[in-house]
Amino acid sequence: MSEERGKVTVNCTVNGEAVRLSAHPLARLLDALREELRLTGTKEGCGEGECGACSVLLDGRLVNSCLVPVAQVEGSSVRTIEGVARGGRLHAVQQAFVEHGGAQCGICTPGMVLAAVALLEREPRPGADDVRDALAGNLCRCTGYTKIFEAVLKAVDGGR
Amino acid sequence: MRSYLPAYELVVPRTLGEALGLLAEGAGAWRPFAGGTDLMVLLEAGRLPQKKFFSVWNLEELRGVSVGPDEVSLGALVTYTEVRESEALRREFPSLVAAARETGGWAIQNRGTLGGNVANASPAADSPPALLAYGARLELVSAAGSRTVEYADFHTGYKQTVMRADELIARIILPRPSAAARHFYRKVGTRRAQAISKVCLSGLVETEGGEVREVRLAVGSVAPTVVRCRRAEGALKGRPLGPSTVAEACEELAAEIAPIDDIRSTARYRSRVARNLLRDFLEGL
Repeated sequence: MSEERGKVTVNCTVNGEAVRLSAHPLARLLDALREELRLTGTKEGCGEGECGACSVLLDGRLVNSCLVPVAQVEGSSVRTIEGVARGGRLHAVQQAFVEHGGAQCGICTPGMVLAAVALLEREPRPGADDVRDALAGNLCRCTGYTKIFEAVLKAVDGGR
Repeated sequence: MRSYLPAYELVVPRTLGEALGLLAEGAGAWRPFAGGTDLMVLLEAGRLPQKKFFSVWNLEELRGVSVGPDEVSLGALVTYTEVRESEALRREFPSLVAAARETGGWAIQNRGTLGGNVANASPAADSPPALLAYGARLELVSAAGSRTVEYADFHTGYKQTVMRADELIARIILPRPSAAARHFYRKVGTRRAQAISKVCLSGLVETEGGEVREVRLAVGSVAPTVVRCRRAEGALKGRPLGPSTVAEACEELAAEIAPIDDIRSTARYRSRVARNLLRDFLEGL
């Protein structure tokens, strides 16, 4: 990390690619992703860590990118919703959301998908309570959650 | 309104010594910044009065859970997720694990730290009642050395602590409870996750021959600080557990807390629920 006129240069990996961010050290990772890297799949909801819309994986762990200052991602690996599908193929969670009505307006969806991916990477065979626990920090105003929980549980069975 | 970022600083010291050097510059010029789950919210809201911060997030000296023969030592940067995932804590400190599970959601638990929760000194914080019930001590470090304080003596008023401006919480030390200890943690909030508590009670009781041998009780969200309930403990210690002892302890508890009406609940509800939680714990023993 080097400093220049109040900004710092931060080296990290985003969706597998090495990137160099130039921002104020307290700038939100959310803003660096959206505005510097144009990765606008990550949404801003509340901006205060309550809603989960800005969820990304930081070194494999789910975080609210609105609460992470850029200075703390030096050397880290970030995965956003743009890095979830691989080679044009949707992740099982994304496929299940499509097939089972897990997405409506779409604003919470990137965060929900990443929360579900974080769960499945830690617990490949979660039960309904595990899904509720893992997605508890992600709010949705459309679905009533049931379709989302069902989609995640379907993804456990390979999206069927 | 959002804060004007160029007015703020966040530097990243490489070592604990470097961090303590910044703190020693005096007059609270520099403040520590851990997982950001409280400070970033204030920054975004334009309500962060301090301007100069140093990140402690990558200071390995402040990480890790180590289990000794009589105590478990938790680095101040241990996250709620690390608490949830620690086999040792799950086995011996279930109330702390319950607190971690009910703090925010996963994204908060991955970033929020125990040291930050303690230093932020909110009376509504989730882990402090459990830490009090476990008789925690805090190891405070500064460029001048280190000292250990009883966590029960740490909070002196709303957002006030005994910590000096040049000190940092390094570790939280928990004496290992006996295998016979009974543990209780219950947070009452609007929902199970991602809620700030209306009232929260944690307790630890050991009985021998029907009598209470050891007891520690603590309540959150009912006073300017989290409260260790010594009067309720006094009503229980050395006495047999029965309906009259339980009733007396619940009355003592109600007398030593000072809940208020605010956006999350009312004084009357908090007082009633605090008593009910204690009764729930004691009657379940």
